[in-house]
Amino acid sequence: MPIQVLMPALSPTMEKGNLSKWLKKEGEAIKSGDVIAEIETDKATMEVEATDEGTLGKILIPEGTADVAVNTPIATILSDGESAADLAKAPAPARQEKAVESAPPATAKAEAPAPKAAAAPKAAPAPQAAAEPDPEVPAGTEMVTQTIREALRDAMAEEMRRDADVFVMGEEVAEYQGAYKVTQGLLQEFGPKRVIDTPITEHGFAGVGVGAAMTGLKPIVEFMTFNFAMQAIDQIINSAAKTLYMSGGQMGCSIVFRGPNGAAARVAAQHSQDYSSWYSNIPGLKVVAPFSAADYKGLLKAAIRDPNPVIFLENEVLYGHTGEVPKLDDFIIPIGKARIARAGSHVSIISWSNGMTYALKAAEELAKEGIEAEVIDLRTLRPMDTETFINSVKKTGRAVTVEEGWAQSGVGAEIAARIMENAFDYLDAPVARVSGKDVPMPYAANLEKLALPSVAEVVEAAKAVCYR
Amino acid sequence: MAAPKKAAASTTQDKLQDKPQDKPHDKTNGGSPPEFTKEQELKAFRDMLLIRRFEEKAGQLYGMGAIGGFCHLYIGQEAVVVGMQMALKPGDQVITGYRDHGHMLATGMDANGVMAELTGRRGGYSKGKGGSMHMFSKEKHFYGGHGIVGAQVSLGTGLAFANNYRGNDNVSVTYFGDGAANQGQVYESFNMAELWKLPVIYVIENNRYAMGTAVSRASAQQDFSRRGVSFNIPGLQVDGMDVRAVKAAGDEAVAWCRSGKGPMILEMQTYRYRGHSMSDPAKYRTREEVEKVRHDQDPIEQVRNRLLAAKVTEADLKAIDAEVRDIVNASADFAQHDPEPDAAELWTDIYR
Repeated sequence: MPIQVLMPALSPTMEKGNLSKWLKKEGEAIKSGDVIAEIETDKATMEVEATDEGTLGKILIPEGTADVAVNTPIATILSDGESAADLAKAPAPARQEKAVESAPPATAKAEAPAPKAAAAPKAAPAPQAAAEPDPEVPAGTEMVTQTIREALRDAMAEEMRRDADVFVMGEEVAEYQGAYKVTQGLLQEFGPKRVIDTPITEHGFAGVGVGAAMTGLKPIVEFMTFNFAMQAIDQIINSAAKTLYMSGGQMGCSIVFRGPNGAAARVAAQHSQDYSSWYSNIPGLKVVAPFSAADYKGLLKAAIRDPNPVIFLENEVLYGHTGEVPKLDDFIIPIGKARIARAGSHVSIISWSNGMTYALKAAEELAKEGIEAEVIDLRTLRPMDTETFINSVKKTGRAVTVEEGWAQSGVGAEIAARIMENAFDYLDAPVARVSGKDVPMPYAANLEKLALPSVAEVVEAAKAVCYR
Repeated sequence: MAAPKKAAASTTQDKLQDKPQDKPHDKTNGGSPPEFTKEQELKAFRDMLLIRRFEEKAGQLYGMGAIGGFCHLYIGQEAVVVGMQMALKPGDQVITGYRDHGHMLATGMDANGVMAELTGRRGGYSKGKGGSMHMFSKEKHFYGGHGIVGAQVSLGTGLAFANNYRGNDNVSVTYFGDGAANQGQVYESFNMAELWKLPVIYVIENNRYAMGTAVSRASAQQDFSRRGVSFNIPGLQVDGMDVRAVKAAGDEAVAWCRSGKGPMILEMQTYRYRGHSMSDPAKYRTREEVEKVRHDQDPIEQVRNRLLAAKVTEADLKAIDAEVRDIVNASADFAQHDPEPDAAELWTDIYR
């Protein structure tokens, strides 16, 4: 029977890609290991290698096709003795619902895929809920659709054009174009003096960045992920966060530490930790963790201009997500202001970063059952916009926090404490916390899913505080 | 000005040879260092004496309970900062660890401000919020005062990075001890400094003990001038008790850095007379060892003897001592009478 070649995934978080080029023609002989096609995403390009011998029978997806879902059949290979007439025997290229945790390795698989369950919640694009208009965006502003990755890149590029003291340093930020392609094109525009590849020495280059910032430069230090920033945390906290105070206000540092934080997908315990609560514990730091593309852009620009050290927590799962970004010359979202992402009156769901994915989907589910949730995107964790969620809780009398990090000493615990301190008399139920489970992140797809919060857990918690 | 430098000249010659895997690390101890002019001797004498007297006073105030917490005295090591400072120009940056009072006085920071910081008063350099280990002066290009062993090495490399970025000719003088020299980030910094040819002089103040651990008990490679070998960073071993040798090595390193050749390491062989901090049990070395160094090598006595031999009178030197004592006594007086910071200061300088 002819063998199907499927659209491969380049990374654990890839959902779709472009089929840029076919290197073999229909009817051409193929050996195992031959490169038959090239595919690309906004992050990277890769070659598709054949794993079987035979003849390229039929190209199912022509070159130049964009947004081909992972696991879609892209071609069929005929084995010895088979002919074009056998093509009909190949399984029909049924629509593949791809679950992110079942991505095949990054070479083309020859066997037909097992039927897949519905897409995992976090793999789906963020729902566009009815949000209150952002006061930072004037009415009638033209919007452009961008990935979060592009929004971050544009934010850095705009600030680098505006201020010659701004530069980017980190592992693979220049020639490789960013390990997650967030710094794509910056080297070409700004040159190697301002886009600096470092050796793999987080502790050292974080210190170099802080030292440069003490002289008044404005470094953007990229950590390939925040997991690696644990190597550098002494410089972040003892040197960057405390110097202004220890110098009696004489010497501070304007520096941004940024990179993906929290769980990606299938990368296990050492690469899947959420540091939100760690950094938000530290006076002297500002901590930003946005969710929407517009907020990523506006808040990164604000972070770069801020005269203080800012921890900018990104999320790898969100990098490829698109959103509407205002087309303004200088679009800034002030640090320290939460946003009501969805208005409602029955329960307040408070989250940030990728936690918002669960919160917004849960709000949709709850609406079907007559519960209108107000979803608040904190956006900044320090300074925390207590007023916005306290006002919401005073209205709803019920609150649920959602975070991917652990519950103990987590940001949800801090929010619950603030609600208790500021709105105790307004509460109709104890605050509920939905969080990552109290375990190191497992690798197995099913366990990983269990370790993270889910939409169902948020729905359940919201119903519980509503006594439903 | 300084006489021709024999040892230094041959060192530079060696370094100019294009042997990237085998840059030399010379011992400048061999020949006698270039002579100072009388003015240089007098300046070195006065600046070292100021540090000595200041530290003696700080020790006294600590004993009286006026200074709290940790207090690490620089007595014995004065020639290092004073000699290095004589090789610098305004704009060059200085950064060090927690044994920092001498460095601050050498950069010209005001004794009153330093002493008042030690006593935690509002007139201190950090308004009383930093203490002995955390003081800074933008005006004097002094970047601290850092309490985490080795952290200043990456930071000092960052100061040099900034000089490179801005295209100025300033040099970062980054001091650390033989103990800090075993920290990992030191070598991460060495790698980047040489890779990017950053103008940073790593001054390793080898005072023979990391707290109470002798160099021989903590360091596999005890020749600290060779610590940059695997990064191709040249190093010199310097008699850190002779201010002239320090200055000569400083001149050479400054010239190397300013001309864009990258970093250089200077191992200053020095000695701390007092304990690591005020609570040192002094069990790890003998009193005789300390006395011998004091007697044979004291950096201030060396200059005093040369000045006397050059017909400067005891009375002249006493006058300098009196001037220095006045400064120190005034600083102690100020530091004990200046008010503590206002309670509202608790909440300031966290963000700007």
